[in-house]
Amino acid sequence: MRGEAAGAVESVFREEHGRLLAVLVRRFGDLDLAEEVASEALEAALVHWPVQGVPDRPGAWLLTTARRKAVDRLRRDQAYAARLAVLQAETDRAAPPPADDGADIPDERLQLFFTCAHPALPPEARGALTLRCLAGLTTPEVARAYLVPQTTMAQRIVRAKKKIREARIPFRVPEPHELPARLPGVLQTLYSLFNEGYSASSGPDLQRPDLAEEAIRLTRVLHRLLPAARETTGLLALMLLTHARRAARTAPNGDLVLLAVQDRARWDRPLIEEALPLLPAALAGGPPGPYAVQAAIAALHAEAPTFATTDWPQIVALYDVLLTLTPSPLIALNRAAALAMRDGPEPALLLLDALADEDELRAHHPYHAARADLLHRLGRLPEAAAAYRQALALAGTAPERTHLQRRLRAVDPAA
Amino acid sequence: MKYMLLIHAGAVNAEGGAEGCTVQDWMEYDKSVQDAGIFVSGESLADLVTATTVRVAADGERTVVDGPFAETREVLGGFYVIDVPDLDVALDWAARCPGARGGGSVVVRPVADFGA
Repeated sequence: MRGEAAGAVESVFREEHGRLLAVLVRRFGDLDLAEEVASEALEAALVHWPVQGVPDRPGAWLLTTARRKAVDRLRRDQAYAARLAVLQAETDRAAPPPADDGADIPDERLQLFFTCAHPALPPEARGALTLRCLAGLTTPEVARAYLVPQTTMAQRIVRAKKKIREARIPFRVPEPHELPARLPGVLQTLYSLFNEGYSASSGPDLQRPDLAEEAIRLTRVLHRLLPAARETTGLLALMLLTHARRAARTAPNGDLVLLAVQDRARWDRPLIEEALPLLPAALAGGPPGPYAVQAAIAALHAEAPTFATTDWPQIVALYDVLLTLTPSPLIALNRAAALAMRDGPEPALLLLDALADEDELRAHHPYHAARADLLHRLGRLPEAAAAYRQALALAGTAPERTHLQRRLRAVDPAA
Repeated sequence: MKYMLLIHAGAVNAEGGAEGCTVQDWMEYDKSVQDAGIFVSGESLADLVTATTVRVAADGERTVVDGPFAETREVLGGFYVIDVPDLDVALDWAARCPGARGGGSVVVRPVADFGA
């Protein structure tokens, strides 16, 4: 019974944590107080639920308990209360009415998304705050996800919360006319979380799936809260399609498996089925955004029975669109790789050589690996070996290094 | 809540306005800050060549030197203190400030509140 109740508390709390926190922040205008009473409410649940049973509306129970604890706390600390009262009076004036979707706790998380990803916060704190406030991760869990020491992460979060409090970054949903300027920051934060989980920048594990899954979970929530925001839809589709390949991306021994040779039977079909219907909405009704275009590229891969029979002309065309939206040497690199499939290695190598002076690519191992592969296909083996060595000198994760070493031995058996 | 907008204007041209913002722009901005009822204080500072730096050492000795003469880019040219509800509103006023254009920048800092 005790274990069952504890399990129920944990699953309810994890699911409802963001909602609970958002409502409390809106009511009391203070993130620290909201976090404090939210965790006190959880502790109370751990004491009471095993004895009295899990309430019918566990979220509402937690909210009522947390509110009562906040009021107690404010009664004890009058100076604090006075400060928050001033804050609250000002927030009430500007705040829109809460959305009521008939759930256990009203969903006011949208404002929290915008506060956690506020442009006035340092980029490395935005993802961490989002994980803590909206995904319900603890600071040690966030630290582990980012592969940084706990003290470093704790300091980062404390500093960001201090700025929110003292510079008074508001908890509010931007007006519709502000969304074009503010939404990309939120999406960027979620996408960074996803990428952070998808390809660890160092260490033995190529993927840390929990972070990618948290990012997807949060993006699903954001998509539900902002169904008309097409780039949110595009980002969700992109994440689902990328994540669908996770099992095929790593061999049982941890080696990296490139898209070209992945076992497509191991792609996660339910994720792909969830993503594909999102695409028309993300792409239609005006020029598509960069996430939607990337999702469209990923969808062409998902729909192709084999690497060779992929619709490469369409993929090159989509990369052309992407380059006009967000010109970057990295996208030019991906376009060249697609062009190699459409037109062969020679014209693609010309494109890559033209990018040789780009700072972003010089230290980017996939650039040297892609160049090496093309040189290999053209039979220019000594040059290919040199390029693989350049890539190896830069590659981060163990599986990536193993992969490159194997490629190098194929062109230079003495290596 | 009070915020100080520290205006680091870009290079000043012969007409006394920075690149991309005229004296007329400044007058209109100043009027809009006054009309919005958020103005607490604000000054525009005289040319940097008129600046003097004072330091007092541990033994109480006073040093007075001409300057400082920083990089032209980061010269504090003036400030506003405005009273607005939150940082987003303060950032909007900073973005409307002519000093944020033409290579200039505006740093927004909350005024410390010691509970007075």
